[in-house]
Amino acid sequence: MTSDLHAGSTPRLAPGVRLREDAARGGWVLLGPERVLQPDPIAVEILKRVDGQRTLEAIVEGLAQDFTADPAQIEKDVRLFLTGLAEKGLLDWHHDPSR
Amino acid sequence: MTPLVSSNTPAPLGLLAELTHRCPLQCPYCSNPVDLIRRSQELDTQTWCRVFSEAADLGVLQMHLSGGEPTARKDLEELVRHASGVGIYTNLITAGVNVSGERLEVLAAAGLDHVQLSMQGADPVTTDKISGMAGAHLRKRNFAGEVHRLGLPLTLNAVIHRANIHQIADFIDLALELGAKRIEIAHAQYYAWALKNRAALMPRREQVLEAQRVVEEARAQLKGRLVIDSVVPDYYARYPKPCMNGWGRQSLNVTPSGQVLPCHAAETIPGLEFWNVQDHGLSDIWYHSPAFNAFRGTDWMPELCRSCERREIDWGGCRCQALAIAGDASATDPACHKSPLHQQLLDMAEADSEAEESYVYRRYRNPAPVES
Repeated sequence: MTSDLHAGSTPRLAPGVRLREDAARGGWVLLGPERVLQPDPIAVEILKRVDGQRTLEAIVEGLAQDFTADPAQIEKDVRLFLTGLAEKGLLDWHHDPSR
Repeated sequence: MTPLVSSNTPAPLGLLAELTHRCPLQCPYCSNPVDLIRRSQELDTQTWCRVFSEAADLGVLQMHLSGGEPTARKDLEELVRHASGVGIYTNLITAGVNVSGERLEVLAAAGLDHVQLSMQGADPVTTDKISGMAGAHLRKRNFAGEVHRLGLPLTLNAVIHRANIHQIADFIDLALELGAKRIEIAHAQYYAWALKNRAALMPRREQVLEAQRVVEEARAQLKGRLVIDSVVPDYYARYPKPCMNGWGRQSLNVTPSGQVLPCHAAETIPGLEFWNVQDHGLSDIWYHSPAFNAFRGTDWMPELCRSCERREIDWGGCRCQALAIAGDASATDPACHKSPLHQQLLDMAEADSEAEESYVYRRYRNPAPVES
C-alpha cells in the first residue's frame, strides 16, 4: 500500500494473488501465498472488476449500474473491502499521474 | 471407483508435494524423516502429473512443491506446468542455493505463482553454519534478487531456534531489503531431525517471549508492507497448535516415494496404514485410507479433549507430539496446559534450552549418494 485510495486510483491484485472459481466447493476463491479466502458474492462482484485497468471510480460506477444501488454506499463498501485486502498484502493500487 | 464425496469429510485445500529428499543443505531441524528416501525410490514425472490432476479434481487449490530441495528434480518445470495447467496455485519451497536465473525464468513461464525461500540466518555466518553449506547465504541473496527481477512474489521462511532467535528483527529487515512481501517466523517444530536435535535447538522461555514481542511490534509497524506470519513454539504455550488445522481436514502430504500422509511426521506413528499413490487414487486415499480416518473429527479424542470447548479450535493438537511425549498418539497433546504431562513437557524444554549440544546435521545414512 503506497498511499491513500482515491477515486482515480487503479487497484490490482498483488503479484501472486488470483481469483478463481472453486468447482469442488462452489463459489469463488481468492488465492495468495498460504492464503485461501472465500469471498462472499458481493466481494466476488467487486473482485471481478479489479483488473488493474479500472479505477475505483469506474468500479463503483459499474457496480451501481449493475445492481441499481446508491453509489455513495457502494463506494464506502468497496473502499473498506479493498483497504482490508491491501492491509493483508493481497492488493495494491497506483495513481495515473495524468489524472 | 469410490464416491467422490464422503458425507462429513471436506475436500482438501492444499497438498504438500515432497518431490525429493535430496538437498544441498543439512539443516538440523529438517522436517523430513530421519530415514531419508533415496532418488531411486522417487516417483516419476508421469505419476506426479497424475497425482496433480487427481488433486485438482479432488478440490486441492494450492500446492507446495517442496522437498528436500525440489529444484533437484530435473523435471520440475514440467511438474509446475502441469499443476498450473490444471488450475492449481503453485508455491515453490526452495533453499535457493542452486537455481539459476534462467531456470527460474522457465519456472515462471511454466506458471509458477509464488516462491518461498528459506533463510537459516540473517547473516552469512549464521546461515552457512546452520545450513552446513559454505556460501549459502550469498547464493540465497542472489536468488532472491532473481525472484524480484522476474516480478515473482517472494516469502522468506526463517526457522527459529536458539542460534538465531536473537535475529528476528534482522530477518524482518532482510525480508524488506530483498523485496519479500511476506515472512514466516516459524519456530522449530520438534519432530524428525529437530526432535533429534532438540537439546541443541531449544530456546529459553524468555527468548521466546522476547521474539514474540518483536514480531508483534513489527507486525503493527509494517501493516500493508510486509505480512508477518508466525508459527509459535508450543512447548511454552498454553494451548496446543491446531496441527494441520485438524487431521485429514484441509491438507495432505505426498512423500517422494508416493506415500500419502496427513502430516509430515505421521509415519512416526506406529500401526497406521498409509496408502500410496501408486496403488490408489488420491480421492480414495483422502476419503478412505485408514491413516486419514484414524484421527479425523472428534470421535477419536480422549474425554479431556472431547469435552473441551476448544475441541474444534485445536483439534486435539498434534498426534505426533502426543506420541513423542506421551507415548500414545491418541492422548491429549502435552502442549495443552490441561494435559497431565504438560509440566513434564515444560521441564524437558527448559532442561534442553540449557543443554550444550552440537548439531546432528541432516544427512543420508551411509553411504551418502552425492547428487544435485
